[in-house]
Amino acid sequence: MRVGVIERIKGPVVIASGIKDVQIGEVIEVGEERLIGEVVRVTSDNFTIQVYESTSGLRPGEKVYATGKRLVAELGPGLMSRIFDGIQRPLEEILRRTGPFIRRGVKLNALPRDKKWYFKPLVKKGDVVEGGSIIGIVPETRIIEHRVLVPPDIKGEIVKIEEGEFKVDETVAIVRDKRGREHEIKLMQEWPVRVPRPFKSRLPLTEPLITGQRVIDTFFPVAKGGAACIPGGFGTGKTVTLHKIAMWSDSEIVVYIGCGERGNEMCELLTEFPKLIDPRKKVPMIERSIMIANTSNMPVSAREASIYMGITIAEYYRDQGYHVTLIADSTSRWAEAVREISGRLEEMPVEEGFPAYLPDRLAEFYERAGRVVALGTPEREGSVTILAAVSPPGGDFNEPVTIHTLRFVGAMWALDTDLAYRRHFPAINWLRSFSQYAEPLEKWWVEKFPEFPNYRRRALRLLTVASEIEAIASVIGEGALPDDQRLILLTAEIIKEGFLRQVAMEGEDTFCKPEKQYLMLKMIMDFYDRAYILVRHRVPVDDIANLPEVFEMMRVKEDERGVEAVKEVYEKVIKALDNIARKYGIDLEGELRGWRKGE
Amino acid sequence: MEERGVDVISLVKGMYGKVYRGVKEIRGSLMVVEGISGVSYEEVVKIVGTDGVERLGRVLEVSKDMAVVQVLGDEEGLDTSCLVQFTGTTFKIPVSDEVLGRIFNGRFEPIDGLPPIVSGDKRDIYGSPINPCARVHPHEFIQTGISAIDGMLSLIRGQKLPIFSHSGLPHNVLAAQIARQATVPGKEEEFAVVFGGIGLRNVEARYFIEEFRKTGALERSVLVINLADDPAVERILTPRIALTVAEYLAFDLELHVLVILTDMTNYCEALREISTAREEVPGRGGYPGYMYSDLATIYERAGVIVGKKGSLTLMPILTMPGGDLRHPIPDLTGYITEGQIILSPELHAKGIYPPINVLPSLSRLMRGGVGPGKTRDDHRYLSDQLYDAYSRGVKARDLAKIVGEVGLSPRMRRYLRFADEFERKFLSQGVYENRTLEETLDLAWEVLSIIPEDELVRIPREYIEKYHPKYRGRELESS
Repeated sequence: MRVGVIERIKGPVVIASGIKDVQIGEVIEVGEERLIGEVVRVTSDNFTIQVYESTSGLRPGEKVYATGKRLVAELGPGLMSRIFDGIQRPLEEILRRTGPFIRRGVKLNALPRDKKWYFKPLVKKGDVVEGGSIIGIVPETRIIEHRVLVPPDIKGEIVKIEEGEFKVDETVAIVRDKRGREHEIKLMQEWPVRVPRPFKSRLPLTEPLITGQRVIDTFFPVAKGGAACIPGGFGTGKTVTLHKIAMWSDSEIVVYIGCGERGNEMCELLTEFPKLIDPRKKVPMIERSIMIANTSNMPVSAREASIYMGITIAEYYRDQGYHVTLIADSTSRWAEAVREISGRLEEMPVEEGFPAYLPDRLAEFYERAGRVVALGTPEREGSVTILAAVSPPGGDFNEPVTIHTLRFVGAMWALDTDLAYRRHFPAINWLRSFSQYAEPLEKWWVEKFPEFPNYRRRALRLLTVASEIEAIASVIGEGALPDDQRLILLTAEIIKEGFLRQVAMEGEDTFCKPEKQYLMLKMIMDFYDRAYILVRHRVPVDDIANLPEVFEMMRVKEDERGVEAVKEVYEKVIKALDNIARKYGIDLEGELRGWRKGE
Repeated sequence: MEERGVDVISLVKGMYGKVYRGVKEIRGSLMVVEGISGVSYEEVVKIVGTDGVERLGRVLEVSKDMAVVQVLGDEEGLDTSCLVQFTGTTFKIPVSDEVLGRIFNGRFEPIDGLPPIVSGDKRDIYGSPINPCARVHPHEFIQTGISAIDGMLSLIRGQKLPIFSHSGLPHNVLAAQIARQATVPGKEEEFAVVFGGIGLRNVEARYFIEEFRKTGALERSVLVINLADDPAVERILTPRIALTVAEYLAFDLELHVLVILTDMTNYCEALREISTAREEVPGRGGYPGYMYSDLATIYERAGVIVGKKGSLTLMPILTMPGGDLRHPIPDLTGYITEGQIILSPELHAKGIYPPINVLPSLSRLMRGGVGPGKTRDDHRYLSDQLYDAYSRGVKARDLAKIVGEVGLSPRMRRYLRFADEFERKFLSQGVYENRTLEETLDLAWEVLSIIPEDELVRIPREYIEKYHPKYRGRELESS
C-alpha cells in the first residue's frame, strides 16, 4: 500500500505528501482512524484530500493510505429498502455498531456480505452476452426483481453459470471473452459515482410521471425521464411535496437523497415508508425505496458526494429496465458543499462565492436523467426522472443555484410564500411555474380524454386573467367590479380551493387519479361556461356565488367515493344553473351549442 | 473575575501538553504560532500573556510547524512573547446531575458562587450528529397554554421551533412564559429547562434569572449565560455548552428538556467576526458561506432518540436585523428549523400580547402531533380554517384602508370583523394566563362562528356539527 503523511489540516480539507502517483478522484484513508477522503488536487510535491468525516483531532505527521480505487457505489441485491449515508455506509448498521450518535472512522460494506440470495439464471452455458446483458434474477423484495447485469466492459461467451444461493461477492457465472480471458460475474459490481453509467440510446419522453398531485399532473407535468426542480423559500413546502411524490407517484423505484436537510425528515420517511401500502402493488412503499441521508449536521464533504451516490444507484436500476424517480432534497445544500470545499481549496470564487464550475456540475447531474434503451440483451428501456428541491436564500429566485438549475431542467414548480401563508398547499404558483413536457405529454392525455388539452389551456388562461383582475380589485374593491369579472374571480377561487389545493396526507385526496383530475377540471370549467352565459343575460353573479353547489365543488375532492362523487356534484351544478336559467327564461343549452360552434 | 478560565483549564490539567513561548503574529482574535509539532486540528490551547491573564483558544488550522489559533476571551494585553500551551484535547465539559439549578458563564465557569462541576464524564461540546435512523419522529404535543401556539403552531416534543422577533418586542417574556407553562397534557413530568444566553444584556439576564427563581423553575434549570460585555468569540461556545448539557440531561438522565437559546443573532455576528478575521471569502451579508452547516450543527441537536425516554426540544430566539425576514440569519435558520414563530411590531403596537403574526408562522411537526388520540379530532381542520379566515380578514383590512369599510362586500366585512375578534379574543392573553387546549379550541370555534357555516370549507361537516357553537347550543337546549 502507498503511504504518505499529513502536512496541513484546514477543516474538511487535508494536504498530504509522500505519494507520487495519486490520481484525482482516488480514495485515500486519512490518519490513524483511517477516515475516508478523496483526492481533489495534485501538485508535484503534495496532494489535497477532501475528507468525508470530521477532521477534528487529526494532526500533521499522521499517515495517509492510498487505496488505488475511486469513490465507487456498490451495486447489487441488498440496496432496496435501506438507508445509507453520502458515501454509502449503511446507517442502520452504524446505529447497531456505535449507538444513536454517528462516530467517525466506521467502515462498513454497503451490501451485507453474509446474506445469501437465490439466483436464477436466465441464460445458459454457451450463450453470448455483452455489457449490460441480464444473466439472471434475484428476488430482492416482494416487488423488485433484481436483474443481474454483466458489467459494461465485459463481452463474451458464458462458460459457467449456476442456480442457487449466493452471497453478493461469490461468482455466479464466468464469461470468456474473445481473447480467451475469463471474467467472473458476481451478484455485486462497483461503479465510480462521478461517471454516468453507459446506455445504448436515448428515447423521447412521452409518458407522464403520475404524481397524483393535480397541480403537477394537469398543469405542470413531468415526463418519465425528465427533470424538474422545485424552488421555494423556507416553509413553502418543498419537502412535503417531494415526500408526497416519493410516496404516491407511479414510479417503480424511488431513490430519495436527503442532502443537507433535517434529520427528522429522513426519520419521517423511515417511519412512513414501511407503513404506507403501495395502492398498485399492495406491499409497503419501503420495498421500492432506497434512501441516502446526509443531513445538515453530518460532514459537508460527504454531502457533496451523496448526490452522485444517489444518481449512480438510480442509473443501475434504470439499466435493469425500471422507471426510477430520483429525488434530491436539496440541491442548494449540495451546491453549498461544493462552495465550501472550493473555498477551502482557495479557488477563485465567482457569484456569491460559488466556483465558476458550478453550472457544469449542475448540467452533468441533470443530464443523467433520461429515458433510455439499456445496453445488452434482452432489449429493454428504463428511465431516471430527477426531481430536485432548490432552496434559494430569502426565497429570491434570482441567485446562482436557481438560475443555473433552470437552464438544465424541463419543468419548474415555483413555490410561493404568499400561498404558503394562506395554507394553500402545494404552494405551486400557477403563473410562475412552467413545464416543457406539457406539450409532448398531451398525446397521452388525449388518448384517454380527448377534451383535456382544451380544458387545461382554458383553466390556465382563466387563472392568469383572474390575477390581473385581482390586482384591480385590490385597488377599487371587489364590489365595484362588473359581474363578468366577478364571475372570473369566483371560478378562479373554485379552481384554487377545489382543484389546486391538495393538502391531504391521508384518505381520498392524497392521490388523485388522472380520470378524477380530468372530471374535476371539466366540472369547474363547464360551470364557468354556463355561469358566464347567465351573467351575460344579466343574472346577478351573487345568485350564482351563493349556490350551495359552489361550495360543494370545493369540497368534493375529499369525498371518499372519488370519481362517483365528482360526477354527482357535476350533475347537481348543471341542474342548479339550469334552474336559474329557467327562472330568467334563458335557453342555456341552445346558447352553449351556438357558443361552441362559434369558438 | 479573577477566577476566569480556571475551571475549564482545570479539566485539562494532568493531560500532556507542550508549552511554547512566542508567537509569530496576533491579528484580532487570531494568533499564528510557529515552530510547533504534534498539534491537532480543533485542539484547545491555553494562552498566558505577559499580563499574567490566562485565556483559552482553539486551533483553526494546522500544518507541520505552524498553527492558527482562535483566542477566546480578551485578546487585549497579549503580545508576541506570550506562553502558549497545547492541551492535546478538543473542547470538553464535565457533566453530572449536579448541573441542575446552576448558573454558568459562556465558558462553563459557575457564576452563582458555587463550586465548579467535577466529573470524570467529559463531553465534547461540538457533539456528534444523531444518526437519522436513531431518531423517533416527534409526535407528542406540548401544551404551552398560549392559544396562538397551541391552536395553530403546536409545539412538539423534540422539535426545533425558533421565535423570530424584532428589537423591543416581548420575545423574552414569551420565552419565559413557555418555559414556565410547558407541559404534556395527561403526563406529570415537567420539563427541565436549559437556557443559553448569548450576548445577553445584563438586564435581560437578570430578568430570566429572577423569573426562574420566582416561579421555582430554577431548580430544574441550567443557565449558561454569555453577557453582552463578555468576549464575543465565547458566543461560539455558549449554545454548544448549553446543548451538550441538554443532551446529557435528555439522553443520559432521560429528562424532557426544553432549550431556549437567545439571541442567535449575536451568535451569527460572532461567527462573522471570526470568519472575517480569517480572511475567508464572505457569503451573503458578509456571513461565511458555511453558516448554514454551522447553524445546523446547533439546531439539529434537538430530537427524540429510539429507546431513550427523554427528549430535547429547542426554541432559539433571534431578532431579525432590520426586521427583515430575508436577512441571512432568519433565512438560514428557517431552512433548518421545523417552522418559526414570528412576532409582529404592528400587533405589539396595538397592545396585543403575545404579538404573534400567525400567517407567516408555521409549525412543521404540528400535523403529526395533533388530531384524534393526540389532541382533539377537529384541531387540524380548525387551525386550517383559522388561517384561511384570518388571511382573508387581513386582506379585507388592507382593502378597507383604500376603499373604506363601506366599499367592502358584505362577505369581506364579515372577514374583517373576524380578524378583529380573532386578535382580540383568541390571540390576546395574559402573561400569566395558562389556557388549556380545550379552552383554546372552543375559543377558536367561538370566533369562527362569525362566518357562515357553508363557507367553512376546510372543516369536514361532521366536526362542524360536533363542535360549532350553534349545534352545541342546540344540544344544550334539548337536553
